[in-house]
Amino acid sequence: MLALEMFRSLPRTVAGRAVGARLPGILSGYAAPLRLVTIDAPQATRPGWARLRTRLSGICGSDLSMLSGQTSLYFSAVVSLPFVPGHEVVAELLDDCEDLPAGTRVVLDPVLACAARGVEPCPSCARGATNRCARITVGALSAGLQTGFCHDTGGGWGQQLVAHRSQLHPVPAEVDDVRALLLEPLACAVHTALRAGVRPDDRVLVSGAGLVGLLTAFALRALTPTGEMLVVAKHPHQRALAASLGASEVVGPEEVLRRVRRATGAFQVQPELSSPYLLGGVDVAVDAVGSRRSLETVLQATRAGGRVVLSGMPAAADLSAAWFRELEVVGSYASAVHEPGAGGAWAGRSAFEIATALLPAPALAEVAGAVARYPLHRWREALDHAHGAGRLGTVKVAFDPRPSPSAPQEI
Amino acid sequence: MSRPGFVLEVDDRTPPLVVHEGLGFRLERFPLGTRVVYPPESLPVVPDVDEAIREALLHPVDADPLPALLRPGMRLTIAFDDVSLPLPAMRAPDIRGRIIEHVLTLAAEAGVDDVELVAANALHRRMTAAELRHIVGERVFRSFHPQGLLTNFDAEDPEGLAHLGTTEQGEDVEISRRAAESDLVVYVNVNLVAMDGGHKSVGIGLASYRSLRHHHNAHTMVQSRSFMDHTRSAMHHSAWRMGRVIKEHVQVFQIETTLDNDVFPRPYDFFQKREWEWSVRDQASMLAVKRGLALAPQRLRHRLFHDLRGAYGLTGVAAGEVEAVHARTLERVHRQQLVEVQGQSDVLVLGVPYLGPYNVNSSMNPVLATCMGLGYFFNSYRHQPVVRPGGAVVLYHPLDEGFDQLHHPSYVDFYEEVLAESTDPAVIGQKYERQFAEDEWYRHLYRTSHAYHGVHPFYMWYWAAHAMDHVGDVIWVGADRKVAARLGFRAASTLADALEMASGTVGSSPSITYLHSPPHLLADVR
Ligand SMILES: [Zn+2]
Ligand SMILES: [Zn+2]
Repeated sequence: MLALEMFRSLPRTVAGRAVGARLPGILSGYAAPLRLVTIDAPQATRPGWARLRTRLSGICGSDLSMLSGQTSLYFSAVVSLPFVPGHEVVAELLDDCEDLPAGTRVVLDPVLACAARGVEPCPSCARGATNRCARITVGALSAGLQTGFCHDTGGGWGQQLVAHRSQLHPVPAEVDDVRALLLEPLACAVHTALRAGVRPDDRVLVSGAGLVGLLTAFALRALTPTGEMLVVAKHPHQRALAASLGASEVVGPEEVLRRVRRATGAFQVQPELSSPYLLGGVDVAVDAVGSRRSLETVLQATRAGGRVVLSGMPAAADLSAAWFRELEVVGSYASAVHEPGAGGAWAGRSAFEIATALLPAPALAEVAGAVARYPLHRWREALDHAHGAGRLGTVKVAFDPRPSPSAPQEI
Repeated sequence: MSRPGFVLEVDDRTPPLVVHEGLGFRLERFPLGTRVVYPPESLPVVPDVDEAIREALLHPVDADPLPALLRPGMRLTIAFDDVSLPLPAMRAPDIRGRIIEHVLTLAAEAGVDDVELVAANALHRRMTAAELRHIVGERVFRSFHPQGLLTNFDAEDPEGLAHLGTTEQGEDVEISRRAAESDLVVYVNVNLVAMDGGHKSVGIGLASYRSLRHHHNAHTMVQSRSFMDHTRSAMHHSAWRMGRVIKEHVQVFQIETTLDNDVFPRPYDFFQKREWEWSVRDQASMLAVKRGLALAPQRLRHRLFHDLRGAYGLTGVAAGEVEAVHARTLERVHRQQLVEVQGQSDVLVLGVPYLGPYNVNSSMNPVLATCMGLGYFFNSYRHQPVVRPGGAVVLYHPLDEGFDQLHHPSYVDFYEEVLAESTDPAVIGQKYERQFAEDEWYRHLYRTSHAYHGVHPFYMWYWAAHAMDHVGDVIWVGADRKVAARLGFRAASTLADALEMASGTVGSSPSITYLHSPPHLLADVR
């Protein structure tokens, strides 16, 4: 089968030449640790496993930072090379898988937790916090925190992969593939929104209006008692989408601090040779970018005792505010089988179930409309497009690895 | 004898004319037939300033001589106009300082020992110690400032305000408590333009937002035709109503001064001459200045201009009862500045210079440039605007100076947030004014730093409301296009382009009037 393969450890090779990581084209150029290969399709031999044929697989921000070597070396221990990337997957079952007959359309919860590894549940998995699994390097599979980072399972950027029943969520018949592609990121956004610990009428700041930021804003509005919500967006189409997904105000990156200051009646101070910060500010802030700048912005704009949620994969940043302002800095990684923050009708449900229920919202139609599709052989173009997605008016770029897709198309 | 103001009709012998544009000027050739309005030359000045002051204090209008109002044990407050007047600042000694010395001498002779000096800066920024020193003079500064007896008025100090009641129209009158509780307030003014002085001095200079909001709003400003004619200005009517409430509570001894038109010191005095009369020396100065400006970086140009000190002479001083004194002042201001202009024109051309009342020692940001052009200069008329209803205004300013973070913090937010949403003075006033006026951080910066009050940019925008309401087109020559668009206006690179752009409004051969200022002039449009 045809697949894109990540064949060398970029964190290692690029850490030594960090400069290259910032040059345009590094993702798709000849230094890229990615190649298009024909390899054997992974086999499903253990119980609970089945083969899947990929229909669509998204390019996630974490894929891009992995490819450009901007990911911390921290992650090198929880992947196994070479691997086929792609953890935002819409696929169909090639085999029966327990209660799901062959042919079922599914999306993937990519986390490879205890159940998939065939080991006794760790304490986290036992509680349903599968995203916090402690066994992601052991058991019947090679190391790999998720499908898409594991040598044995294959990933969505290949024509076939394998997955465990615990990872599979059937797609309702009325949901098309493009919208189904939003399910995995939306599940993450649901998790983030629930991690944000929003109390009634809290003022919330979401920094970033890429897909993660947009879906987080949407989930915050849908699932929490968020009051005023300010979303930071760079590009015009992001501004429009953010507003339609529930932002009370959308501002440019240059204006954030000023807007937050005015909206919250905060005071602003100017440290020497550094950017200003607020005394006072929003109650909750979500970094949905992961850059140093975005991270510092949310830290600087959150009131003392407030909460900062790291949703984007974070860069190194000045944490003085977290200390001095006694911020609760919480991470938000993937999603859980039992969302602990979910109350009411959602109690005890998985992020994917909640995401599936939210998916039909009309506001998401426009997001799904801004998805671009590429066949595997145009991977260089696809990655460049994904890298500049915000600028180019796209919210998601995806691979369609099927042998003869209905001609390469961008929607 | 000074020559009166003058309206020139441009013909083929007319040389290019000076037009100010921020930190620079250009020599513009105007279309044939353009009317150019020149201010009158400077009036004769009083022969002996100290003698004139003494005379005014001892023989006031409709009031007892100042010594008769002073007695031991009384509480005396001396209030004075702030750094927004005159423009540019006057060469030392400032006339206010000289008057204050006379008042203090009389007070000392009468045994008055409870004396405080307060700058009537209303919602303007606090002045620095150096700026206060320049106004009151070294001796007064040294005797009062260290003891905290020479201060900037603080319109946000809840302890420092007194509510005196309301006018018959329900307007709150809230002014400085120190002034309100004084046995006598002596107000020392500089009347640069006809708008200043009268009940505007104490009633506005020492008032709080609670009071000011009644007349500093879009509705009132649109109804003020013009600001230079207090009998036809809704803002002044309100201030006059308030002044009469103040009069019931406090005795005010008003001292008003008027200046001549010697705004520019040598070698910049060519700016205030008529171009075809430039001497060889004037021509040489002009070329030297122009060449210097072309080479100088922005910072240096800023210094060059902002370091200029006016060479003003005193044309008169009057003291006594507020309204009687003001009548005399207006008479002198009019004599110095009025120019008769026959009928309105389709296009009004204005050069916006580097300095206005609110950017002394800082930058002329786009909001202030708008206020200068459409607030001050547009409103420099009596009877009716120079431009006809639905006509066009062409202004010269690069709109490039950015925002001074120290002096104008709320302006940045106003420009970025408020103007992004609407430029309609009434709409933004309704929606945003209170928020800005009551923002704690702006309040803090106004009280403790040198920031204009949070609401101040709104006031600047309201000044321009009448012009925006009156004309059909506003075009800035030489301005940053994006900035002009944010302000709701258009930009052109040349006068010809501007006239072309305005042709939809005023046709292809409009009548044009250019107000050649500074120095100040007041167009008396018949
Ligand atoms: Zn992802
Ligand atoms: Zn586990």
